[in-house]
Amino acid sequence: MPAIEILGLEKTYSVGFWRKRLKLALHPLSLTVEDGEIFGFLGPNGAGKTTTLKLLMGLVFPSAGSARILGREWTDPSVKAQIGFLPEQPYFYDYLTAHELLEYYGQLSGVPAKQRKQRVEHVLDQVGLRDVQGVQLRKFSKGMLQRVGIGQAILHDPKIVFFDEPMSGLDPIGRREVRDLMSQLKSEGKTVFFSTHILSDAETLCDRVAIIHKGELRGVGAVEDLTSSVQGTVEVIWHGSQVPASIKALGAGCHVTGDRVRATINESQQDAIIDALRRERLRLIAITPVRTSLEAYFVEKLRRAETTAGSTK
Amino acid sequence: MRTRIAYIASNTFREAVRDRVLYNLIAFALLLSGAAIFVGQISIEIEKLVVINLGLTAVSLFGIVIAIFIGIGLVSKEIEKRTLYTVLSRPVRRWEFIVGKFFGLAGTLVVNTFFMAIGVFAALFYVSHKFVRADALILVALYFIVLEFQIICSLTLLFSSFSSPLLSAVFAFSLFVIGSFAEDLRNFASMAHGFSRWLATGAAYLVPNFSAFNVITSIAHEQPVAGQLILQNTLYALFYATMALSGAVLIFERRDLK
Repeated sequence: MPAIEILGLEKTYSVGFWRKRLKLALHPLSLTVEDGEIFGFLGPNGAGKTTTLKLLMGLVFPSAGSARILGREWTDPSVKAQIGFLPEQPYFYDYLTAHELLEYYGQLSGVPAKQRKQRVEHVLDQVGLRDVQGVQLRKFSKGMLQRVGIGQAILHDPKIVFFDEPMSGLDPIGRREVRDLMSQLKSEGKTVFFSTHILSDAETLCDRVAIIHKGELRGVGAVEDLTSSVQGTVEVIWHGSQVPASIKALGAGCHVTGDRVRATINESQQDAIIDALRRERLRLIAITPVRTSLEAYFVEKLRRAETTAGSTK
Repeated sequence: MRTRIAYIASNTFREAVRDRVLYNLIAFALLLSGAAIFVGQISIEIEKLVVINLGLTAVSLFGIVIAIFIGIGLVSKEIEKRTLYTVLSRPVRRWEFIVGKFFGLAGTLVVNTFFMAIGVFAALFYVSHKFVRADALILVALYFIVLEFQIICSLTLLFSSFSSPLLSAVFAFSLFVIGSFAEDLRNFASMAHGFSRWLATGAAYLVPNFSAFNVITSIAHEQPVAGQLILQNTLYALFYATMALSGAVLIFERRDLK
């Protein structure tokens, strides 16, 4: 059973005061997220990522379509006890302390009183806020608020967590910690659905990604499949500071950094360059296939979408 | 369900306390003690009348200002600051949120009124040096004031569910003023003719009839309050607050949280 099934969800807003007109924020979207995977929902700002998440959380109502979460209708209140949500740039009741806030959310999520205290303590440890648990949130930095946000999303031990731009506003260490936390959630068997426009995070973490642009789904697949469209090129690295003429003759593009040389060459020339290195008695360090980066795939998808939109005008 | 409403209500109360809303009690205490000392020195025989009139009117006005001031932001502020997102993504129904907010605000006002009532009785004791049986009527006036607050709370929540805090404040305060003259509006309606009669009658019965809750002057003159009026006002406040809250829920249930 898939964790999330989005079945043609669509959202149209009415804009303007006197002369109302309709604005399509999300074209009919259909998507399936499997149980236990980390799913990245990628797109530039304003692409429709947050709208999709708000639809799934029941914060806005769809113009058409539906969704199923854990096999049940997404509007079913019992589903909400099984999901956690971190909104983009979260803001919380700033008159509460971190401990009080988590306690309150635990109450609303129906965590039994006996387990609540234990869960709150555990989550405070998990997100690194144990030392400041008694401080009011109005004194928290953006990064600390993001941690509180993650804490409240996982507090009730949900089966699925939805994160909207979880790395936003975090320093490199904070981003690393969030990435580690997501991997940990996956290892605990949870499904993670997160939106981001930071592609390196998605590439590192996700099992599968979907790309959305201007409210329309542009592509979906496993990160490895999307990035394994090898351009028929390999990268060869060897120890040395000069490029022998025999290798230059193979048409390799070479770049010398310190005592290493990196050459990119057509895959068909791979054996020839190894032979040349042997002849020249140079020490081979690595041969790796050049993969299309997720960023390149993403940019290509968006460029293609722009071209299609331009040609239909 | 009941517990979720209670949690939301208690958090609303906690917010009011932490945002120092109850500090108004200090201003109230200063006003009342100043007035008690002042009338004690200048008036003869009417000290009690002045203290009851001034005290109960202050209880009512302080409470109305708090109800409007907090009530207008109860929903709109949560949407604006997006604190609502993490609440409604939990197993909390939208109507539970509205009802919880209502009880939180109503509870804040009840606690506030309780402390103010102590102040009124203390001032009364200061000027008359004793309590008489008729002073118990002040409790009826306080009860009516609390009923008034329930109506104002539900109305501010209704306005807050669809408009900005500023507009909500304007709507709620206007209704309070018009409602305080509801009896005059009804008299006018009975004298008018044609379309204006129809319009005035509609308006007179649509606005909350706060004039029926104002028994401060008659109580200050130690005139008893009919049991029927107590029952009638209780049922009226219950009905009006339920209707306004239902309206708030109906609007909020359909609202997109952009």
